Amino acid sequence: MSQTLIKNGYYGNYGGSFVPDEVQKVLDRIAEEFAKVKDDPDFNNELNYYLKEYAGRETPLYFARNLTEKLGGAKIYLKREDLNHTGSHKLNNVLGQILLAKRMGAKRIIAETGAGQHGVATATAAAMFGMECTIYMGAKDTKRQALNVFRMELLGAKVVAVDKGNGLLKEAVDEAFMDLVKNHDNTFYLLGSAVGPTPYPEIVEHFQSVISRESRAQHLEKEGKLPTAVIAAVGGGSNAAGAFAHYINDENVRLIGVEPAGAATITKGKPGVLHGFKSYVLQDEEGNLLETDCIAAGLDYPGVGPLHAYLHESGRGEYVTVTNDEVLDAFQVLSRTEGIIPALESSHAVAYALKFAPTLSPEDTIIVNISGRGDKDVQQVFELLKNK
Amino acid sequence: MSQIKEAILETNRQGHKAFIPYIMAGDGGLEKLKPTILKLQELGVTAIEVGIPFTDPVADGPTIEEAGVRALANGTTLRKVLETLAGFAHEIKIPLIAMTYLNPVLAYGIGQFAKDAHKAGIRGVIIPDMPLEESDLVHPALKAAGIDLVQLVSLTSTPERIEKLTKASEGFIYAVTVNGITGARSSFEGDLESHFKKIQSYTDTPVLAGFGISTPEHVKQFGSFTSGVIVGSKIVDSLAKGDWDAIENLVKASKTVPLA
Repeated sequence: MSQTLIKNGYYGNYGGSFVPDEVQKVLDRIAEEFAKVKDDPDFNNELNYYLKEYAGRETPLYFARNLTEKLGGAKIYLKREDLNHTGSHKLNNVLGQILLAKRMGAKRIIAETGAGQHGVATATAAAMFGMECTIYMGAKDTKRQALNVFRMELLGAKVVAVDKGNGLLKEAVDEAFMDLVKNHDNTFYLLGSAVGPTPYPEIVEHFQSVISRESRAQHLEKEGKLPTAVIAAVGGGSNAAGAFAHYINDENVRLIGVEPAGAATITKGKPGVLHGFKSYVLQDEEGNLLETDCIAAGLDYPGVGPLHAYLHESGRGEYVTVTNDEVLDAFQVLSRTEGIIPALESSHAVAYALKFAPTLSPEDTIIVNISGRGDKDVQQVFELLKNK
Repeated sequence: MSQIKEAILETNRQGHKAFIPYIMAGDGGLEKLKPTILKLQELGVTAIEVGIPFTDPVADGPTIEEAGVRALANGTTLRKVLETLAGFAHEIKIPLIAMTYLNPVLAYGIGQFAKDAHKAGIRGVIIPDMPLEESDLVHPALKAAGIDLVQLVSLTSTPERIEKLTKASEGFIYAVTVNGITGARSSFEGDLESHFKKIQSYTDTPVLAGFGISTPEHVKQFGSFTSGVIVGSKIVDSLAKGDWDAIENLVKASKTVPLA
């Protein structure tokens, strides 16, 4: 299991904590509590209860027969995180962290959100646990994603439009940390991706690792062996961290992270410090962040989780890119061949699988992580195709 | 001795409190850097904190963040700021302190940064997103170049933490008066005076108060129990408006604080 990878808050040279002192002391408390609960049977029983009864786990490992026959080559399995409640893998982490928050005595949950998926998942769990919930969202994002704002409000959350800087995800993150520093007596910051200062990357990876815990057992049962490769999209990297975690020590299983060509942090970035942690960063020569351009809002991020920086540098992980056009194509191919509309984020993993599977033999198997469903993207794809 | 520490102690010896204004380099264009610094120097400030704009300024409040956005928009970079400063460094008689985030310094290369910064008149550096535990990344190079690494000390930290940071800080101790980020505020909470005296008891390096100081009254209030003050957002705001009277009044207030 991957926990052995992390040492003093670092995955190899990446991770750590680069935050003002007053944030650090709150993070230390969270790290301490997380260390207590992660192997605690009572905690895990409670988490497993909610994962099963509320989120609907386990999710299927579905053999995509039509796609496999169409492509020729490796057998393709889809890990169906899109069937999780709220429609993506995000809820796995949210349920874990909200139970951690309860243990710490928090009465109030805060979170950041970019496109709104993590905000919706957080608002959902907060509603179910009867906790007060505030979601920080860049002012520009609240306009672009008005429906998700309404969704969160419907679930009883307060959505704060952050109108500073560029009014995007990073301003929302800053504002959430400020809130945490001020209100940590009763408030827990539920971070959504495998990024940020330690211990967040480790916490998110831990709670997302249920994906590969299940897929590994499911694949062994169906095929009597481990897969040739696991493929997942990488933005901040939470779904990929979860999809890879239980295979990291299985050295014959190839781990392939797929980045958008317009936000290819590992492929085109270099090491730096961003948002409180050290990792690969898309930056110019002066160390300023570069703008990203990706059709999937959930991958539109100039940094990447430290686990992926480490897997890349150690050679354990392979990181590749696909273009927006390939992604749009994959979105339609999976919809038509299997009747599954994948999120644009997940379509990055599908797009690479379309190229990769035919290069393998029928004895090979690959798992493609379908991190979320594509209903949220249908309008956008409609516009994109119309203007093509 | 540290030039910054010496400048602060000398101001105190003359019966005044130290006054360090913060400016955002490149706000209004880099060509404003020279006249702004020389005019502040003429007003009798003790040192000047020069902000380097960055795309991800996690410790800045809205006023300074917006100034940073303006500065970046007109092409300001760390390299250009250092070059501009080096062009008139011989006219600068007071120490400059760079406030920059870690990533631009790492991208520049810490060894080269330390050398170029010293040539530009910079004698101290504040890096708000670099914790003490990671300071080996930059401290040896800064030390070799004769540049102080100033620590921010939050009043809400534990006494052990405050003591550790205070003892590590060079030049002066940047005591953060409020929770959170930079920016003007209307009132302050808690028993600040005893807090500051406690911090000063750990060291002979002067303790200055910063974050949220925006009026001549604040300057006097904090000056009465510290070696001086740092004023950021209010200066940035006044410079953007061209309101030099407001700046002059703040500086004057630092010279009228009765000695403790």
